[in-house]
Amino acid sequence: MKNWPLWEVFIRSKNGLEHRHCGSLHASDATMALENARDVYTRRNEGVSIWVVPSAQITASDPDDSSELFEPAKDKAYRHPTFYELPEELKHM
Amino acid sequence: MSEQEIKNLEAIFDLRIANDEKIEPKDWMPEKYRQTHIRQISQHAHSEIVGMLPEGNWITRAPSLRRKVALLAKVQDEAGHGLYLYSACETLGVSREDLYEQLHSGAAKYSSIFNYPTITWADMGAIGWLVDGAAIINQVPLTATSYGPYARAMVRVCKEESFHQRQGFEIMMTLANGTPEQKEMAQDALNRWWWPSLMMLGPTDAASVHTEQSMKWKLKRKTNDELRQQFVDQTVPQAELIGLTIPDPNLKWNEETKRYDFGELDWEEFWQVVKGHGPCNKKRISDRVNAWENGKWVRDAAMAYAEKQEAKKLEQAI
Repeated sequence: MKNWPLWEVFIRSKNGLEHRHCGSLHASDATMALENARDVYTRRNEGVSIWVVPSAQITASDPDDSSELFEPAKDKAYRHPTFYELPEELKHM
Repeated sequence: MSEQEIKNLEAIFDLRIANDEKIEPKDWMPEKYRQTHIRQISQHAHSEIVGMLPEGNWITRAPSLRRKVALLAKVQDEAGHGLYLYSACETLGVSREDLYEQLHSGAAKYSSIFNYPTITWADMGAIGWLVDGAAIINQVPLTATSYGPYARAMVRVCKEESFHQRQGFEIMMTLANGTPEQKEMAQDALNRWWWPSLMMLGPTDAASVHTEQSMKWKLKRKTNDELRQQFVDQTVPQAELIGLTIPDPNLKWNEETKRYDFGELDWEEFWQVVKGHGPCNKKRISDRVNAWENGKWVRDAAMAYAEKQEAKKLEQAI
């Protein structure tokens, strides 16, 4: 018989905050993955909501492509407010 | 990849770690880094899982409901810690089944301390106070280790661990303040767990084969002997506070170093237990193997049910 697949677990720690990845676990189906996630990752009120996603369903970027993906943003200083020169007298903008 | 190319990659890799950058699962890493981490993280996970057995022995016989819920919660945490660590280990490309197989066949080690028996209730106190105390000293530096998933798992583990030590100390304190028989039971547990707890911090620096490489990869921040000294210095005053005696005739405050000098450990015993000749090695492994094999039908049934439900859903969709 097949082994239980791997699931990635995301937890919202309280309303107003996003779900954050906190780890993974094995379970036979989504219902069991949710139940196990509750026992493994929220024993001390760490969450108010849980997402589980089959790990096989996640497409991730390759670290080897990091430079072409992320470096172009580095030389675009004009996307940040500090790029613009304003008169001293202007206190708030 | 040519040898030179690998050397270049390794140099960049070492520099990243030296700069306190974290390594994540899909990053390139030297094969030795991967293997060393699989070994250490899985050993750590196995220790959490096997570590449930000596304490599980006392859950049904805890002396009060308060003690029972605390012990149950502690053992449940250990299951959780094992699971965080197994999943961190799997990010290095090894499967959960392989990891279990390594534990069951004896190819992988776990902390030798769990090969000692728990013969009285006071052992629950001594384990929480001393064994978890030594574990905390070992684990806190790992929250800053270089491999991201391991460091993150260790942050969660360390947050949860301090209740373990406190509940153990409270058990010891209560017994030490109890009847003469209870105090004697606490002292006996301290006598039996003291030396094995010191051994938990690993072989002496002179005999430790992995220290140098592990320091470089931040799998270690302090040497075994430094950690052991730290453990002795912090634990001796705690024992004095509750009127128990550390079973070491050579233990003495050193006014010059401001630390405790302590006696020689019985390393022969340490290596015997590591090699499988401790009092409970066989029992621990056979308990794990039985749990895994006797649970097979449950795992299979759950998988069969999941596949059936999935098939039904597909059918309805058509």
